[in-house]
Amino acid sequence: MIRFEAVSVTYPDATRPVLRDVELDIPEGELCLVVGRTGSGKSTLLRCINGLVPHFTGGRLTGRVSVDGRDTRVFPPRELADTVGFVGQDPLTGFVTDIVEDELAYGMESLGVAPHVMRRRVEETLDLLGLADVRDRPLLSLSAGQQQRVAIGSVLTVHPRVLVLDEPTSALDPAAAEDVLSALTRLVHDLGMTVVLAEHRLERVVQYADRVVFVPGQGRPIESGPPAELLAHTPVAPPVVELGRLAGWSPLPLSVRDARRAAGPLRARLAGATPPTRSSGRRSSVAEMRGVTAAYGDVLALRGVDLTVHRGEVLAVMGRNGAGKSTLLSVLAGLRQPSAGVVSVVGAPTHDRPARDVIRRVGLVPHEPTDLLWAQSVDVECAEADKDARVESGRTRRVLAELAPEVDGDMHPRDLSEGQRLSLALAIVLASAPPLVLLDEPTRGLDYPAKHRLVGILRDLTSRDHGVVLATHDVELAAELADRIVVMAEGEVVADGPAGEVAVASPVFAPQVAKVLAPLPWLTVGEVAAAIAG
Amino acid sequence: MTRLPRALHPAAWWGWATALAVAASRTTNPLLLGLIVSVTAYVAVARRPATPWSRSYVVFLRIGLAAIAIRVTLFTLLGTVPGTHILVTLPEVPLPSWMAGVRLGGPVSLEGVLAALYDGLRLAVILVCVGAANTLTSPRRLLKSLPSALQEAGVAATVALAFAPQAVMSVGRLRSARRLRGRPDTGLRSLRGLAVPVLEGALDRSVDLAAAMDARGFGRRGPTPRRVRRATAALLLGGLVAILASSYALIDDSAPDVLGFPLLLAGGVLAGTGFALGARTGGRSRYRPDPWGAAEWLVVGCGVVAAICVSVAPSGDVFTATSPPTAPTLPLLPLAGFMVALLPAWLAPPLPRPRGSTTTPPTVPVRERWMPADDWVTNR
Repeated sequence: MIRFEAVSVTYPDATRPVLRDVELDIPEGELCLVVGRTGSGKSTLLRCINGLVPHFTGGRLTGRVSVDGRDTRVFPPRELADTVGFVGQDPLTGFVTDIVEDELAYGMESLGVAPHVMRRRVEETLDLLGLADVRDRPLLSLSAGQQQRVAIGSVLTVHPRVLVLDEPTSALDPAAAEDVLSALTRLVHDLGMTVVLAEHRLERVVQYADRVVFVPGQGRPIESGPPAELLAHTPVAPPVVELGRLAGWSPLPLSVRDARRAAGPLRARLAGATPPTRSSGRRSSVAEMRGVTAAYGDVLALRGVDLTVHRGEVLAVMGRNGAGKSTLLSVLAGLRQPSAGVVSVVGAPTHDRPARDVIRRVGLVPHEPTDLLWAQSVDVECAEADKDARVESGRTRRVLAELAPEVDGDMHPRDLSEGQRLSLALAIVLASAPPLVLLDEPTRGLDYPAKHRLVGILRDLTSRDHGVVLATHDVELAAELADRIVVMAEGEVVADGPAGEVAVASPVFAPQVAKVLAPLPWLTVGEVAAAIAG
Repeated sequence: MTRLPRALHPAAWWGWATALAVAASRTTNPLLLGLIVSVTAYVAVARRPATPWSRSYVVFLRIGLAAIAIRVTLFTLLGTVPGTHILVTLPEVPLPSWMAGVRLGGPVSLEGVLAALYDGLRLAVILVCVGAANTLTSPRRLLKSLPSALQEAGVAATVALAFAPQAVMSVGRLRSARRLRGRPDTGLRSLRGLAVPVLEGALDRSVDLAAAMDARGFGRRGPTPRRVRRATAALLLGGLVAILASSYALIDDSAPDVLGFPLLLAGGVLAGTGFALGARTGGRSRYRPDPWGAAEWLVVGCGVVAAICVSVAPSGDVFTATSPPTAPTLPLLPLAGFMVALLPAWLAPPLPRPRGSTTTPPTVPVRERWMPADDWVTNR
């Protein structure tokens, strides 16, 4: 269906090709998962399929990419629109209209599909993706999961033979991600569609994949094969596969179900051991919220939230999109005034205080770290941050050197990788050494190695008595890092307790290792490895 | 007669409102102008949908009032209209000789103030007519029902319309980001620092959007031969330019007559041919087009009747003399015309209820951001 023949791609101004001599053949009806580190060329590979590379991005493509027998050199993306449906990373930037129904119909209008056919397909797609209730709502008013499903639906209505998705679940909570993925598997199974998707959070997708394509980056040859074979040696692997590698299971399990069936002996072996305790006793508190309520117009984002953050602990705030996690952080950081209740960070409120005083007590790395960056180079950015924080010059640069030593000071912040940008934003926030550090969804777009580094950085912060609060959808990150987990729903705290208890108790928020080893309270592969070794 | 609830074709409301704006442009009689405001207000209240843009009437009304205020103030300061009824004499500021002909201050005549007031009022009423059309239907829906030869231009315009709310969202986020870096988030200096990041963000977004639109078939050639596409484009462009020129000639009394209706007709024929050719060969189709039925004809007709009534009325009735100042009269023919223009409040079909509930549509917080979009308003 999709055929790459000796394909190399070199972007303008680049010294070496992103992809070199790619040979790949994806047959019809497969769900193909593209994995690799950030910046390895996954997106480039995906964009070659519908001709966005090189027709749109520029650069030089040698070799031949053909889809359904059509050569992308001859057919630009718009002429391939009836064969390949492409869904980009951020659904919001791809929306052309403003109402759900119109968005679903837009692609068909461009292709000149007959009106009665359009009407039927829109109705079918609304049902297939569970969007019928929101059909006449503005796109901006939808939740992230709904937006992502609209984005998928809007390319499905033209009945493409191939669907290409770039990180379709990265902004979604676990339940919404399940929705999107189950819709995708239904398309593959019921309609025989060929689906190619890139994803960092392998734990969500790998079990559905028929084939994995590993892009190692730096122009090294790509590998393609059945998931179990390929994941046995790739540097990126979901926890369940890492656990399988550790325990030496063969064939390697890809789903929790397969792993549980193989895990009997491991569970027996671990039965006597206890995982290391995390919460290091009650320490003094760094931030308090008492009865905090916050509203947007007539919608309550927080209702009577009581929360204490202690020094030296990592608190993970979880919950579905729109549960109030981000509002909680912005109230703590003093960006929003609570409509009722008391917020105090290191003994004083944060709203209505001068910003330069507040940043000495609390720092927030926002959802889009880029928002914090506006200088033309990393060095200028760091110098500005020193001035903002009123610390001695060079401090931010030193913090950044600890977090991400490889970052070149002359680079433009927008040219950094996601992980490096996050490090830079974090360095700016840490320059004034606030006792409370807040991170909003820090792992979006981060690959496993970058995540491991983030874990190390945050652990180091807590050992120096900072309190860390992170809002996240990433259950594996929370399992790895959090001492305490707070689950929010409808603006209220519905669970608050040690990570082990909360994560294991909930099927949605449990990490894969906990699901495999339940009822034993193990959360991460690292803990299991230590127990087996010790 | 029972009528099914449905939304009227957006072009019908725009046609009605445009006709009233034309009527307003052909009169300076304050009574008639006031009448137009009442007519548009009544119809807008009777037939406006429950959507965010349905509040734009008041916004346009305010802009109109501002226009009157600016016009009268500027005249009072710079006015050169001679008159016998001097209201007040302002101190005159001496100006250098090279600015001869411009006067700052000096006597203010009643005649001049009235002329400025009526002129400003006329402009304000035209603005109010646009506001009424905006309230009754969204400009996006109008763009959706453009002829298929213009649909891609319509899509581009829709995308451009989305720029303002998105820029507002970015400004809100970046203001918070300033605060997070310990800088003041209010005041002029903070605004200056925002311009570059906001534009950068907008540029990034537009590149992404262009890629997405390309991938979804925007600008697809389809099977149409190149000659036909060129002919369509030429016909459309020529026709639209002709219509533009003729409407200018119609408004400006000093333009030669041949530039008026004859040119309008020629432009209409050219553009119509272009649209027909484009529709036949365009390779695009339209999802759930708004139907154009009897109600649409009636609504547009009511507006046109009012415009004609004002146009054919004796000019003494519709243009109130300011020198010497006379009390405006209420001429019968235009009055009857505006009564007809009020009829769409009943002639237009009732609006469908919003789906799901009888209460307001759900206002669930937009996808959770660390700093939601509307926050910059409440946070000031």
